[in-house]
Amino acid sequence: MQITIKSARLLDGQVVDLVLENGVISNIGSDLKFGKIVDVGSNLLIPGLVDLHTHLREPGREDSETVATGSMAAAKGGYTAISAMANTSPVADTAGVVEQVYRLGQEAGFCDVFPIGAVTQGLNGKNLAELGAMANSSAKVRIFSDDGKCVSDALLMRRALEYVKTFNGIIAQHAQEPSLTVGSQMNEGIVSSKLGLTGWPAVAEEAIIARDILLAEHVGSRLHICHLTTAGGVELVRFAKSRGINVTAEVTPHHLLLTDESVANYDPIFKVNPPLRTKSDVAALRAGLADGTIDIVGTDHAPHPLEDKDCEWQSAAFGMVGLETALSVVAKSMIDTKLFGWKELVDRMSIAPARIAGYTNHGQEIKVGAVANLAIIDTDATWKVERHRLSSKSKNTPFENIELPSKVVHTFFNGRHILDGSEILNGAGN
Amino acid sequence: MKKHLLSIDDLNAQEVIEILDTAFQLANISDGATKKLPTLRGRTVVNLFFEDSTRTRISFESAAKRLSADVINFNAKGSSVSKGESLKDTAQTLQAMGADAVVIRHNASGAAQRLADSGWISASVINAGDGTHEHPTQALLDAYTIREKFPEFKSDFSGLHVAIVGDILHSRVARSNVLLLTKLGAKVTLVSPPTLMPVGISAWPVEISYDLDEVIGAVDVLMVLRLQSERMAASYFPTEREYSRGYGLDKLRLDSLKKSAIVMHPGPMIRGLEISAESADSHRSVVLNQVANGVLVRMAVLYQLLGGAALGGTSAQIDKSGDSREVSA
Amino acid sequence: MAIVLDGDDIGRALKRIAHEIIERNHGLSNVVLLGIPTRGAYLAERIGSFLTQIQESVPVGTLDATLHRDDLRLRPPRPLLPTLIPSSGIEGKDVVLVDDVLYSGRTIRAALDAIGEIGRPRSVQLAVLVDRGHRELPIRADFVGKNIPTSASESVRVHLAELDGKDCVEIVGVS
Repeated sequence: MQITIKSARLLDGQVVDLVLENGVISNIGSDLKFGKIVDVGSNLLIPGLVDLHTHLREPGREDSETVATGSMAAAKGGYTAISAMANTSPVADTAGVVEQVYRLGQEAGFCDVFPIGAVTQGLNGKNLAELGAMANSSAKVRIFSDDGKCVSDALLMRRALEYVKTFNGIIAQHAQEPSLTVGSQMNEGIVSSKLGLTGWPAVAEEAIIARDILLAEHVGSRLHICHLTTAGGVELVRFAKSRGINVTAEVTPHHLLLTDESVANYDPIFKVNPPLRTKSDVAALRAGLADGTIDIVGTDHAPHPLEDKDCEWQSAAFGMVGLETALSVVAKSMIDTKLFGWKELVDRMSIAPARIAGYTNHGQEIKVGAVANLAIIDTDATWKVERHRLSSKSKNTPFENIELPSKVVHTFFNGRHILDGSEILNGAGN
Repeated sequence: MKKHLLSIDDLNAQEVIEILDTAFQLANISDGATKKLPTLRGRTVVNLFFEDSTRTRISFESAAKRLSADVINFNAKGSSVSKGESLKDTAQTLQAMGADAVVIRHNASGAAQRLADSGWISASVINAGDGTHEHPTQALLDAYTIREKFPEFKSDFSGLHVAIVGDILHSRVARSNVLLLTKLGAKVTLVSPPTLMPVGISAWPVEISYDLDEVIGAVDVLMVLRLQSERMAASYFPTEREYSRGYGLDKLRLDSLKKSAIVMHPGPMIRGLEISAESADSHRSVVLNQVANGVLVRMAVLYQLLGGAALGGTSAQIDKSGDSREVSA
Repeated sequence: MAIVLDGDDIGRALKRIAHEIIERNHGLSNVVLLGIPTRGAYLAERIGSFLTQIQESVPVGTLDATLHRDDLRLRPPRPLLPTLIPSSGIEGKDVVLVDDVLYSGRTIRAALDAIGEIGRPRSVQLAVLVDRGHRELPIRADFVGKNIPTSASESVRVHLAELDGKDCVEIVGVS
C-alpha cells in the first residue's frame, strides 16, 4: 500500500511531496503521485509525537480507558508512540503484565504503546520489581516508574538507579516526599490558605529532586524527573545538568498553562498530581522548557470516569486527560508567547522523548528510509475543546470550551494513515 | 443578596451591614422565644450535616422555625455510601423533596460551593462550615455581637482592633472572620504558633504575631479559637501544657486586657486548654450572647435568601399587589 | 404630575386627625400610636406632637409588618424597618395605626397580624394621610387626611420634610 502526502511543509519552509511505502518514507520530491493521495495543503509535517507519560488504565480500570481508546486519543493528538504507566491493576511489575499491555497496543494499532515497568512490587515502595525480566520481555521495557507514587526510600531509589544500568534503563521518578504531602489537596500558598485546602508544598517535590540528582551522580545512572512543576525544581535540574549529571526532566502541558488560581471554585476538574502551581512557577517551567533545562513534554494523560470528578474536591481523583490537547496547549504556552518555535516544539515533544526512551522508530529526521511515523499540523487553525468530542474514554479535560491554537489534522503510523481531519480511519485492521 | 451564602467573600460591606441590621430588627420583633413569624411559611429548609455540630444545627433549626419554615434535619454522617457519591446523591434526594434552602455542614473545604455550582440542586445553599474553609454565619454573628457590645461601631469598624488566637490554619471561623472584619475596616491580628498559621498568610490583610502577651493589651476583642487535640498528635505543638502556657487565656492574661475589651469563643470551649474557666465565665465573655445572636443572624440570612421572590422571578407584578408605599421600600 | 396636598394641607389634615382621635376615644388616656415605617412613623410622630399640643402626650411607637406580608414572594426581600413598641405595651390599649397611603389594604392586614403576635389591644384604629381607593381587602380607615380618587395606573407619592426635605403629596401618572 502506497500513500502520497501532497504539499507538506517542512520545518525549514520547503513544501514537498512524500511517498510512504511498506511503513517507511520511500520518496521525497515534488509532483509525486503514488497510491492514495493525501493533499495536506501546505500544512506542517513533523515527526509523530512521543509521550513518555500516559496512563491507560488497562488492565483494571477499563471503564476509564483502555489501551485501544487511549492510543486512539493519542493518534488524534498527533502521537505515534506513547508510554503506558505502570499503575494499573494489577500493577505492571511483571513481564506478564507489560507484555499484555504491549500486545494490546499492537492489536489496537493506532500507535506504538511502550509499557513502563514498576520500580517496586505493586508500587509498594519497599521491594524492587523484576526489572530485568521486564527489560528482557517482548515489551523490552527501558523506563521504570512508580508514577503516582514516589520511590521515597533513598536506599531503594539508589538500588533501582544502579540496577537498571545493566540494560541502560532509566528510572522516572514521581518526586513527592510523602511525609510532607499527607492529605495534600493543592499547591501550598496564598490560594490554599484562602480556600482552606491542605497544602502541597513545592519543597515536597524539590527535596526528592535534589536527593535523586545527587544519587544519580553518585551511582552514575540515568534519572528522569516526571512532571516538574516548580521554579525550584527547574533550578535544581539546571544545576544538575551544569554538573554533567545524567538527568532529564519533563513538564506537562497543563502545568505550562494553568495555575492554582483555577482551583478557586473547587471544581475537581483542576485537581491533579502534582498540583497546579503559581504564575511564577509557570513562567519558570516555560523558561526551562525553552532553554532545554526541561527536555520534554509528557502529557501525564490521566483518565478518570465522571463520578470520580463529580463530587466535592477532597473526594475527587487526581488527574486530567491530555493526549488530544497537548500539542495545542504547548503551542499556546510556548509558541504564541514566542518562547520558542516549531523546531523546538518538535524536539521537546518528539525527538528528545524518543531519544531518552530509545524509541528508534520515532522522532527521527524526515528522510527517505525513515519509518513513516508522522503528523501534520494546521498551525493557523484554532479550535475549541469540547469534552464530548474527545476520543479518550474519560472526558476529564480542564480545557473544556477553551480556544486553542494549532490542530493536528493527520497522523501516519508505520506508514498507515490513522487520523484524517478529526476522523480516526482505522487501526491494525488497515 | 445573592442566591447562596457560601463565603463572606460573596458579600460586600453593605450587604454585611444589611444582614446585621435585619438581625437587629428581628431582635426587636421576636424578643420572646415563643414568637413565631409567618414569613417563610410553606418553605422547606434542610439541615444537611455531614459533621456533628449540634449547636450550629439547633441554631439554624431554631432560626428557620421562628420564621415558620418547615425544617428537615438530614444527618448524613456515617452514611455508608462512598463519600464522593453521597454528596451528589443526597443533594438530588433533597431536590426531589423540594428543598428551598440547604444548610450544609461538611468536612470537605468547598463542599458548599460544589453543592451550589454543580447543578445537582436548585435550592439556595447556606454554608454552615466547610472543612477548614469558611463558616460565614459564625462571622456574621460575631460581628453582630461586637456591634452589640461596641455601639459606636455601626457600619464602619475602623479603629476596632480584634485579635484571633489559636489554630488559624485549620479554622474556618478565623477565615470568615478575617474576611468580614477587614471588610468592615477593623484591624485584625492573628496570634498562634507558626505551625498553626497557613503558609500563604502573608497575603492576608492582617497582622500576625506569635506572642499573645505582646498583643493582648491593645485589643478590643479577643477571639479565642477552639484547639483540637488531634493537632498535637501531628506535631503542630509539643504538648497541651506548652500550648496553654503560650496561647491559653488564663486569669493573668484576662487581667491584662483593656477595661472595655471582650472575649469571644465560637464554642464548644475546652476549659483549661485554650481558655481557663474563670476567663470563660468572666463578665468579659460574650459567649452566650454569641449563641443567642446566632439565631437572629441566621434568621436574617434565611430571610434575605428566601424571604423574597426567587431570583430571576418576575418583578413586574410587584407594584400591583402592594400598596403605593414603593417609594419608601 | 399633580400636587394634591401641599405642606399646609398636610399640617391641617394631621391636626384634624389628632382632634378626631381625641373625640373618638373620649380622651387620650388609653391611646397608643403605632406608625408604619417609613413615612407612617413620621406621621405618627407628628400626630403625637399635635396631641401633646392639644391635650396630652401619648406613647408613640413603630411597627414594621414586612415579615407578615403576603406578597413577600413577589419581590426581592426588603430591608426590615424598626419595630419599637412603647414600654407601656399595647395590651388592652386603643392602638391607632398610622400610615401614609391606604391602597390595597394588604399592609394593614399584615400590621393587624403583627399586632396580634405582640398582644391584644382593646381596639385597633387606622389613620392615613391619603386614601386612594382600590381596596383588595375589607379594610377601611377610621381617620383619613384626604380621599384622593386615583386610577390604578397612577401612583401616589408622599413627601415628608423629615425624609424628603419638603412636605407634599403628588399623583404621578404612569403611562
